Parts: sequence; C-alpha cells; structure tokens
Amino acid sequence: MKTSAWMKISILFVLFTFLLAACATTPATPEVSEPETTDEPVVEEPFRVALIMPSAINDLAFSQSIYDALVKIQTEMGGESGFQFVYSENMFVVDDAAAAIRDYASQGYDLVIAHGSQYGSSLREIAPDFPEVSFAHGTTVDTFVDEGITNVFAYEAASDQGGYVNGVMAGLLTESNVVGVVGPIETGDAKLYIDGFKAGVMASNPEAQVNINYTGSFSDVALASEAANTHIGAGADILTGTAQMVVGAIGVAEERGVLWFGTQSSQTSLAPSIVVANQVYDWTVVLRDIISLIKEGTLGGKAYAITLANDGLVMDFNPQYTLPESVGQAAAEAIQGIESGSITTLP
Amino acid sequence: MKQFLSKFSVSSFFDAILPVFAALAAFGLGAFMLLALGANPITAYAALIEGALGSWNAVAETTVKAVPLLLVGLGICIAFRANVINIGGEGQMIIGAIFATLIGLNFTDLPGWLVIVLAMIAGFLGGALWGAIPGYLKAYFSVNEILSTVMLNAIAVQLMNYLLRGPMIDPAQAELASKIPQTARLDPLFHLPRLIPTRLHLGALIAVLLAIAVYFLLFHTTLGYRIRAVGYNPDASRYGGIRVRKQIVIAMLLSGAFAGLAGAIQVYGLNYRMITDGSASGFTGSAGFNGIVAALFGQLHPLGTIPASFVFGAMLVGANSLQRAMQVPSAFITALNGLVVVFVVSSEIWRRRRQHRRRLTARIVEDELVEATIKPETEAQP
Amino acid sequence: MIEDLFSTTVLVGILASGIRLATPYLYAAIGETFGQRSGVLNLGVDGQMLLGAFAAFYVALTYQNLWLGILAAIIVGGLMGLAMAYVTVNLQAQQGISGIGFYLFGLGMSDLLFQKLLGTVETVRGFPSLYIPFLSDIPFLGDIFFRQNILVYLAYLLVPLAWFVMNKTTLGLKIRAVGENPEAADSLGVSVARVRYFSIILGGMLSGVAGASMSIALLNVFQQNMTSGLGFIAVALVYFGGWRPGGVLLGALLFSMVNALQLWIQVKGIQIPSDFAVMMPYVLTILVLVLAVQRVRPPSALTKPFERES
Repeated sequence: MKTSAWMKISILFVLFTFLLAACATTPATPEVSEPETTDEPVVEEPFRVALIMPSAINDLAFSQSIYDALVKIQTEMGGESGFQFVYSENMFVVDDAAAAIRDYASQGYDLVIAHGSQYGSSLREIAPDFPEVSFAHGTTVDTFVDEGITNVFAYEAASDQGGYVNGVMAGLLTESNVVGVVGPIETGDAKLYIDGFKAGVMASNPEAQVNINYTGSFSDVALASEAANTHIGAGADILTGTAQMVVGAIGVAEERGVLWFGTQSSQTSLAPSIVVANQVYDWTVVLRDIISLIKEGTLGGKAYAITLANDGLVMDFNPQYTLPESVGQAAAEAIQGIESGSITTLP
Repeated sequence: MKQFLSKFSVSSFFDAILPVFAALAAFGLGAFMLLALGANPITAYAALIEGALGSWNAVAETTVKAVPLLLVGLGICIAFRANVINIGGEGQMIIGAIFATLIGLNFTDLPGWLVIVLAMIAGFLGGALWGAIPGYLKAYFSVNEILSTVMLNAIAVQLMNYLLRGPMIDPAQAELASKIPQTARLDPLFHLPRLIPTRLHLGALIAVLLAIAVYFLLFHTTLGYRIRAVGYNPDASRYGGIRVRKQIVIAMLLSGAFAGLAGAIQVYGLNYRMITDGSASGFTGSAGFNGIVAALFGQLHPLGTIPASFVFGAMLVGANSLQRAMQVPSAFITALNGLVVVFVVSSEIWRRRRQHRRRLTARIVEDELVEATIKPETEAQP
Repeated sequence: MIEDLFSTTVLVGILASGIRLATPYLYAAIGETFGQRSGVLNLGVDGQMLLGAFAAFYVALTYQNLWLGILAAIIVGGLMGLAMAYVTVNLQAQQGISGIGFYLFGLGMSDLLFQKLLGTVETVRGFPSLYIPFLSDIPFLGDIFFRQNILVYLAYLLVPLAWFVMNKTTLGLKIRAVGENPEAADSLGVSVARVRYFSIILGGMLSGVAGASMSIALLNVFQQNMTSGLGFIAVALVYFGGWRPGGVLLGALLFSMVNALQLWIQVKGIQIPSDFAVMMPYVLTILVLVLAVQRVRPPSALTKPFERES
C-alpha cells in the first residue's frame, strides 16, 4: 500500500512540475490569449465588441437573438478585419457578469453589451470608471443619463407588438376558443409578450379565453412541457410561450397536433408542421446605430426600442404552414395598425 | 517534544498541500479536454491564474468571491460537526438577503452605520430562521434534512420571485410595463465600505473575524463541545446528559445564520439591491453549494476554511476570465470544477492513511480533526 | 373559480400529468435507493441524468434508433456510476462532496458535448404513446394509465421489480446487509466492495435511463441543464420513501400530482400568485412527511466508507 501511494504521489509531482514549467512560460502568453491587443498601426482598426449574456448562444431565445445580430453585423462590416466580437455566455450570476463587464471594459473594447436587464445595477457602478468605453444594456429604457452618466446606451424590445400580432392570429385560428400560454416568471420581457398576446386575442376574438401558466423557472423544460399538456387538457388548440424552456412545450404541441406561436428567435425548425409564426428579435437596427454613433464620438445617452415599425421586430411566417388568407390579412392589418400607432398593444 | 515534531513534520506539511496536487491532476485531465476544444491548455491555464491572482484587482475579486463561500462554509463546519448535512445554503442566503434588504429599504432615515449593523443582524436572523426549520423538523419530526433543505431551497426561490416582482419591487419598475423584478437601490450610505479601491468590501474582514469566532465556539466553548459530541456519538451524548435534539436545532440554526449573513453581505457589499433571474444561483452564484465544498476542503475546520475558500474563489474567478480570454465555453469550466472537487476529495485517503499510521506510532489521540474526518457524518437519530 | 377544479377533465388531467412527471423521478430515485441501501449516498444523480439524456438523444438522432439511445444512456450512466464507485469505495472519499463533484462534471460535460456535437436545440422523434389495446379505450382510466409511452410503463414496472430484488433475493439481502452492517456482512464472506460497486453502477444506469426518459420519450429535445435540479428532488424522494421502492413511488406520485395540480390551478385562473402555485409541491412534500410521522431508520452504514481490518 505504501509503495503504491508514493507511486501516485510521484506521478502527481511530475504533473505539478509540468504545470510549473507551463506557468514559467507565461510571459509570452498575454499576446497569444488576446490577439486583439496588438495595437500595430493598421490602416483601420476593427471595431471591437464584447457581449455578456445570461444563457447560451444557442438557446433559441433571448441570448441567441443578440448573438445572431452580432454575427450579421460582422458580415456586414467585412468580417474579422472590420468587426470583432467576444462573448461570455451563461453569465446568470449577476456578480460574475459585473466582473466580466469590468474586465472587458479595461481591455479597451469599443462597446461592451450587457444583454440582460439584471445587469443594469452593476453597469451603473462600472460605466463611470471607464468614460472612454461605450456600454449598452437591455432590455431596459434606463441610460442613467439623468444621473450624469453619458456612456451607456439602453435598448428594449416592444415584444408586446409581436405578441399582439400573434394573438390576433391565434384568436382567429382557434376553434375551441381556448388559447394557452406558457411563461417563465411574471416579469420583464416575458410579461410584455404575454400581455400583448392576450390583448391581441381579445381584439380578434372577444369570446376566446386565454389561459396563462408560469413555470417559475427559465430552465424547467419538463414542467413547461407538462404545462402545455395541461393547456391542451383544458381545451386549448393553440399555444404560445416565451423563454428558453418552452422547447419542451413545442414538442408537446407537435405531438398533440396543436398550433404554436413563437417569440424571441425563430422556433420553426423545432416543429415545422405546427409553428404558425414567430416574432423574431433583430437587434441589428439598434447595433448599427450605436456603432455609427460611437464612431462619431457619442458614447451613450440614447435609448432604443426595437419595434415592428423600425424592423427590429420581424414577423417570421412559417412557409410550411398554410395560413388562411383572412388570417394573414388580419395579421397584416394588425402590423400596419401598430406601426401607424392606431392600435395600442398593451391593455 | 516527540509530539511536537510529529505535528510539524514534512509529512503534515504534505497533508496541507495534498489538495493542491489533486487539483493539479484534475487540471491535467482538463488539459486534454482543452486540446479537444482546440485551445492551448498552457495558455488557457495561464489565463486562469492571471485572471484570479494576476493583479491586485484580481486578488480583490477572488477575495470578494471567497467571502460568501467562507461564511457558508463556516455554517457547514458547525452543521457537519453535529452530523447534520445542510444543503440548504442557497435558500438560507436568499432569506437572509431578503431580511437584510427590508431593513435598508425601510429604515432610510437612520444613520448609515446603524442600518448596516441592523441589516447584518437581520440577515443573520433570516438565515437562522430558514436553517432552524429543517433542524426542528429533523429533531422533532424525523424529517431528513437533505429532503427538507432541497425543498426549502426551491421554496425560498419562489418566495424571492414573488417578493421582488410584487411587494418589494422597485417603485420605478412598478410603473413600467416590463416589471423587472428588482428592489430599489440601497442608499449609498448603507453600502458596506470598500477596503481598498477595488470591489473588496468590509465583508471580507467580517468573514475572517467570524471564522476565528467559530473556531473558538467549536473548540473552546461548552456549546461547541456539545455540538461536536452529538455529531461524534449521539447515543453517548444523550447518556452523558446532552439534549441531542436541541443541539441539532442549534447547529442547523447557526449554520443557516451564517449563510443568511452571506446573503446580506452580497446585497450590501456588491449588488446594492436584490435582483432575481428566477433561479437561486442567479443571486447566490451557487455559493450555498460551493461553500460546502470549501468547508470540506478546509477539513471542516473554521480556520482551514479560510484558505480553502480563497483557493476555491480563485478557481471560480479564474475560470470566468478563462472564458473571456480564450472563448472557452462556460460548460468546460463547470466540468473542470467538478473534476477538481472529485480529485481533491479523493486525495483525502492518503492523508488519512498517513495520519492513521502516525497515530499508531505517536499515539496522538486527542487530534480532533482526525476524528472528524475518519468518521464522516452519519445519520444522527435522536 | 375553485369549483372549476372539481371536474373529471381536471382530475383526469392531473392524474395523467402526474404519472408522466413522476417517470424520471422513479428511475432516478429507485436507482438511488439501491445505492443508499448499500450504504452510499450519491448526490450526483442530476449529473448522471444529464449525461444520460444527452447520450440517448445524440445516439437516437444519429442512428435513428431509440433503443440504441437507451443503451447509450445506460452505458454512460453506468460509467459515471463506476467512477463514483471507485471514488467512494476504493478511495473512501466523502460521499456527499464527491457526488456534488460528479454533478458539476455531468452538468458541464453534457452541455459541452451538446455545444460541440449538436450546436443547437433540435428535436427527435421519441417513443410514441403506446395505446394498450382495449384498456386504452376505458373512459377516463384509459386516458390516464394506458396511453403513455413505453418508458413510462417500464418505470412503474420497475417499482415491484425493485421491491422483489431488494426483499426476496439473495442479492437484495446482501445489499441490505452491506448497508446495515458491513463488518458483519464481510465476516460472512460477502464482498462489501463488490456489492457497493454493483449498487452504485446500477443506480448510475437507472439515472441514465431517467435522463433518456426525458430527452427521447417525454420531451424529445435536449437542452443544457434540462433536468433543472430534478436529480436532487429524486434524492430527496428516497428519504421520503424511507428507502423502500413503494415509498419512493408514493413520494414521486405525490410530488408530481401536486405539481400537476398547481399547473391546473394556474390554467383555471384561480387568483393566487403563480410563485405560490409553483411552491406547492415542495411545501406539501415536507408537510406530508411531518404529518405522516414515519420513523424509518436510514441504513446504518449510509455515507460510511468501509475498510477491512487486516
């Protein structure tokens, strides 16, 4: 026993020395780990963005919407040479996100995006320490400009608008006059979407009943799927839902053959036969404007909202689902009404 | 003299750094994962160390991260010594934070220092309450504490969600259509003072002082003796006239109280308001769980938990900066953390075996630490 | 409003939902029961489930064969069990902590593999609902019991099977002996190590199947952290059930039925904040245990490593 223990210890020791040797070579590493900091005189330096988001880049929901937008902007601006971005995903711990924001800011990124309303408080602390860096955060309207902070942009999504359009269609398509909604917790973006959706259903079909279910979590896929089952059991023939845990609910909708309306990102690929339409967030509108303002030297103070009118919210209809013409018409009218301001989407 | 020598031998120094070797072995395994991810492990680990300890600011961040781990860990030292497995740190932190935040939001006309003191006490009490419930249920209703603490964590999260989107919501948010679930910001007078111009706050000092206090409590007071006796041998303790049930409730209550204080310090030292993303870890950063690991790395000794928390905090901070520097998915870091925990806890066997041998030769029987680790927690049945 | 809940639709809905929701808990908690009965507490169930869920999903998607997916989940879960067994039996590591380590590993690793091998949320055609001939046509009962998928049926068959193995076979006797009094078992010639290895690996395999039951039977998707702490509830249910398969079944059904009930409470628009509705299953599980005043003693050697005196 004794010899084998010492054998293992010596193996550990070799590993340790190996790692020490590795550490000894670290002086060379900073350049390797951060190739962006090579401030060689290039003709035009690429625009550099750092992104902090609460869930994964492939969540088919909130985080993916901003990631996709940055990828799009990168192609527009000529790839790596014109636009670079790095990200920290799954930063659901507010405190860790704060450390990340501060770290990115001190590395001299042109723009640091804190993609989550929960980061606002930390950003308010950090932004004044880095007056030469521009920050953006959302979804919120607060740029802190009234507190004398001038380098923060704010953005939000008027998700009630797409919710309203989805709702109008749902109200017309339902035969049982019962529509079900699966949400995470009753706040923020989810609340906006659901309120808008409900208003839309009521507008097109006052007879219909909208049942709402909150799962109390953004990650409980199993409960979200059972919530969908419950809605169908209660007579719903159309479902919608928001946040990343609804993927479970979409599966149930497909299996039981009821229609689904998506939001945040396109969810058509999950169930092509039953998804009617998605409200897709396209943050490029906001990002383009922020980037051009930064290039002109304005680092903050402006609040944005993506809406149907400015093409930040896009209604993405599933081509594989044949929408009755009258319903399509009603949706188009709703979009028009919202854009012109003749329809209010929140009760 | 012989005793003295054996206590400070090379061998016991080796005991102390054994966890470091184990962690390095885990990192060695992680290196292969990094290679598979297409990242250079040497550069990656350099970034990790740089991020955790590379500058004064990094050290401050690491310390800040270690504070809740240490506080929760202190509570764990108490509970585990009494043989109660408290995995309710997450919920206890949340309730403590809620209590503390209520003080700061309601007593706005009191002087700053007083509000801070009251808030810390409130956090302590809130955690104590949430810890006493499973303690009481275990002692008097035989409800296993693993079950009740898991359930109470979930209940605390929903309670927080309700309060933050309802009664405690920031008045500014209440007026908006998108009601972000957060409280109003605490008055700047109520923030815990910063020690140096980083995010390092007074909480670090409080935590270290409390670690010393818990050391005295456990090893130099009657209460501490009783708690340890109950954990070591409940039947003998009862025979010896100790009220076992009462000690279990007290141990659990104290354990929760330290977690509650950790929650209060997170609010007053870092976030200055409560915000929820719907989950426990969004607020606690999983300190309620990680504190257990820190305490066990520290051999369930309050003073050992200080360096253990710091090292674990460094891991967490370094891991985040590794994600930033190399764009390694955060999932890798979670997996690596898991490997480190498994390797370190597995390496314990060598230390125990050597101590066992040493004990046989030197016959040091009063080494309480050894006792505690040779006999890990069993179910105390009152 | 409240009276809306007392209708056959709601009752049938609650029972059917509860039976589905309980399925992953059953696999995981029965597996954990074997481990704990042999004296090993495994807190890593959630991690094992996640890796099992991913393995099953990936294999089922790649090879278009669901049973191959189940096999993959069993293998991956078994391997995790093997590692856990080595660490807790041979290295005698503190069980609760090593379990947390394995949980973190499974949580991270399943996500990492998901990102590298799939990259995005996809769906798979999972096990279809299996209508049992004749029985599925019985009014109400058919809906509740006989229109589920095969993994749901198997989960409930597992309960009597586990009871039988535990109480009526030599193997079960050995497991219980090792968990109660390893020294005595050892002196009677039972290999404590081998029995614990068996129980932990079996537990890992069942946790793997629990994950698979989510990813390729009930939900048919894989997403990072899709179990959302479900494995920890499963461990809690073992305590609820007093280390008996029947008790575990009772606990799993109670928790899931109350969860189904709270979904209906919300759907029926009963005016309580949704957060309190979500809280219900957790509160009730504790309350029932308090009121039941059951005094089942845990296996005496639970969490104690065993070392032969030589």
